[in-house]
Amino acid sequence: MNATAIAHQRNHRSSQRSAGSLTGTGHLFRFALRTDRVRIPVWALGIGGMVAYFGTVIPLAYPNQAALQTRASIMQDPSGALLTGPGYGINNYTFGAMVTNELLGMLAIAAALMSIFLVIRHTRAEEESGRAELVRAGVVGRRAPLAAALLTLLVANAAIGAALGAGLLSSDLVLADTLAVSAGMALVGLVFGGVAAVTAQLSEHARTASGMAGAALALAFLLRGVGDAQALGGSALSWFSPIAWAQQTRAFTDLRWWPLLLCVGLFAVLLVIAVLLIAHRDFGAGLVPARSGRGNASKSLIHPAGLLLRMERGSIIGWLIGLSIFALLTGSMGQGIVESFEAQPQLAAVFGQGAGGNVLRATLASFTAYFAMAVAVYAVVSVNRLRGEEADGRTGAILTTSVSRTRWLLSSLAVTVLGSTVMLLGIGLGLGVGAGISVADPGLAWEFALAGLVYLPLVMSFAGLAAVSYGVLSAGRWWVWVVLLASIIVGVYGPLLNLPEAVSNAEPFGLMPRAPAGELDPVPVAAAALIALLLTTAGVLSFRRRDLEAG
Amino acid sequence: MSATIEVRQLEKSFGSVRALDQLDLTLEPGEVHGFLGPNGSGKSTTIRILLGLLRADSGTARIFGRDPWDAVELHSRLAYVPGDVSLWPKITGGEAIDLLAGLRGGVDRTRRNQLLERFDLDPKKKTRSYSKGNRQKVALVAALASDVELLILDEPTSGLDPLMEREFQACIREVKAAGRTVLLSSHILAEVEALCDRVTIIRQGRTVQSGTLAELRHLRRTAVAVVSDGDATTVASIPGVHDVRSEEEKVHFTADDDALPAALAHLLPLGIRSLISTPPSLEELFLHQYGDGYTTSVVTGGRRAQ
Ligand SMILES: Nc1ncnc2c1ncn2[C@@H]1O[C@H](COP(=O)(O)OP(=O)(O)OP(=O)(O)O)[C@@H](O)[C@H]1O
Ligand SMILES: [Mg+2]
Repeated sequence: MNATAIAHQRNHRSSQRSAGSLTGTGHLFRFALRTDRVRIPVWALGIGGMVAYFGTVIPLAYPNQAALQTRASIMQDPSGALLTGPGYGINNYTFGAMVTNELLGMLAIAAALMSIFLVIRHTRAEEESGRAELVRAGVVGRRAPLAAALLTLLVANAAIGAALGAGLLSSDLVLADTLAVSAGMALVGLVFGGVAAVTAQLSEHARTASGMAGAALALAFLLRGVGDAQALGGSALSWFSPIAWAQQTRAFTDLRWWPLLLCVGLFAVLLVIAVLLIAHRDFGAGLVPARSGRGNASKSLIHPAGLLLRMERGSIIGWLIGLSIFALLTGSMGQGIVESFEAQPQLAAVFGQGAGGNVLRATLASFTAYFAMAVAVYAVVSVNRLRGEEADGRTGAILTTSVSRTRWLLSSLAVTVLGSTVMLLGIGLGLGVGAGISVADPGLAWEFALAGLVYLPLVMSFAGLAAVSYGVLSAGRWWVWVVLLASIIVGVYGPLLNLPEAVSNAEPFGLMPRAPAGELDPVPVAAAALIALLLTTAGVLSFRRRDLEAG
Repeated sequence: MSATIEVRQLEKSFGSVRALDQLDLTLEPGEVHGFLGPNGSGKSTTIRILLGLLRADSGTARIFGRDPWDAVELHSRLAYVPGDVSLWPKITGGEAIDLLAGLRGGVDRTRRNQLLERFDLDPKKKTRSYSKGNRQKVALVAALASDVELLILDEPTSGLDPLMEREFQACIREVKAAGRTVLLSSHILAEVEALCDRVTIIRQGRTVQSGTLAELRHLRRTAVAVVSDGDATTVASIPGVHDVRSEEEKVHFTADDDALPAALAHLLPLGIRSLISTPPSLEELFLHQYGDGYTTSVVTGGRRAQ
């Protein structure tokens, strides 16, 4: 072979290599769309439907400007701003301003979660399961799986953006501002999809990768919340959060587009980072190589609860830190809450409690309920992990030892109880210590320390529901999420939803006593404990009757 | 003493898939029993019923004389190795071994450490970084280091290299010498031939053969090739001799096991110049059993009875 031929061949190869890293993207993309052909429309319909619903009920719940202004003053309060938005248009509150200020933040979080799950599902989870190995051995380039996941991400966010836009337009809102809100939500989704694309390269485990991206989302929520609570229109802190960028378009108040460019820019940067990271790691590996550990097991590992706790430890600590910090920051706005209530005594009536120190307690007690909702989400996720253990055959391995099915399921629930307990304690302490410092009343820390535990039986009822769905298995788990999400939505947006009284009153988090503000009524707590017990028993009995999936 | 494992007429369906259909299996105490059959024939399903992970639709399964469903106490007397071992992330191989053996009721530490050495396994590595073969070794060491009466092994050596395969066979011989019972499902015929006292062959969820290897060999004819001075094709007159054909100076035929002495006696006076007799290979035996045209028949004592 002469030199020219060799050079020609080399050229040919290198050009093939550069184009080749994306080879097969089209096939993978179509396959990913097929896999998600139900999920994406469900997300879109959920978001569009919810917004359309809000569009019809808010005019009923807030029939005149006076009612809207009452709502606005709640939002102006630091605790309102913490949970919702920067408060543009608060002086002349409209439905549109409400969408940008109160709904967009939550919708952006939903989009971000959808995007994180989507990207991890199509990248690291495939790699971890070994399925991607088969795929990559085919005519598929190194970057093709990521490229296909990102294309799917674009489609999904475009779909939910369009659905949101349709929902808003059906409520007779202005087109340009509607576009800004929809694009804002979709772009936040893209940004966190990008974050997940980066974290998917960092860890070998899909769960850790989602956890890291989720932590970034929690941080973004926190920065926006604290920043917006500091000043009307947000402070410098807010601008570190992509969620804030969407809300900073001031849609329906005084529209500006340029904050959305920040989202686009950050998304581009994240993509470049992800692509560079892919080039620097082996297939299946993370960037941090696994270290070696101990050669013998400690006694604490050799029982089911010990093993499960070991697996769950990281996520419990993560949730605990996140919730505690958030609770501390919320509590530390105590002074602001007291002041705004003193300035506007009519607000106290909205929160349904007396004035003075009790207003603070009542407000913080309501926040405890919101935090308990997050703990319930943890509890359901924690029980659902049993499914993965079983599908991978590890539960089978355990059940062929002297561990019975009853003991296995109860051990798992015991770990969930432990995790939920430390989280509820952390939340109570965080709120109490924060408020105690803020209003210089250290006694608050003690008053709130145990307050969160009021919700433990309720949280475990949701865990029990998840245990039943695990025990029956063939019935699926979606219905557990429907019950939990319905409880949360009714609990958070209660008055906005204009629901029949029977439905609002049945919302379980609202049924628990508002400790330590109100009287500690033991009846609902005991009832929740009984329900938790019954559901757990049903879960165990059904698990003992069925075939194991794998093992 | 009664059988360690006794399965009669076992049936199990997954929806419309009939995984087990009248399956029989018996393991006497102290024997190493091969459990064979083509892919999807129901070996793993049988094992999972014996472990109480699945519930049979009908028929009986007994392990140590008890129904395995809901009899978790029995599990301290047995150890199980699946063909595809999935280990917990975040812990090391050594921890996984201690965990599995510990939950079974205890681990013999000296034996555990010896086994680690024999199988050349680093217990300090995180399970995630183990290769397929090394994951398999973790489950094997955990099972072999447990002080149990019965080992249930479902393709335990899939992914092991030949050196480790040899080590595994040595371990099973020691287990057998110690009087323990082994159920070994495998696709590696050499392994089965080297280790098993008796085998059970199943097809489409149904037992088609069961007996010692010698008994199973009886079921197939021995192939003979002979070169003789006289006309060897006359051997066809002996009952039990089949497929006689000549090829140049060689005459080939097959003979039922019991017809062999008579056939040889017939050939001897003809002046044999060379004679090659090939007993049926295990491969041939199994291909015959696994293959399609085979009709099931009930087997007693290795003989085919109608
Ligand atoms: N959980 C299940 N759901 C549906 N069908 C199943 C399930 N488990 C096994 N089967 C079916 O039951 C039949 C027997 O499977 P089994 O795993 O017992 O075969 P096997 O003999 O172990 O095969 P192999 O040699 O490939 O391991 C197969 O047809 C299989 O597809
Ligand atoms: Mg099998």
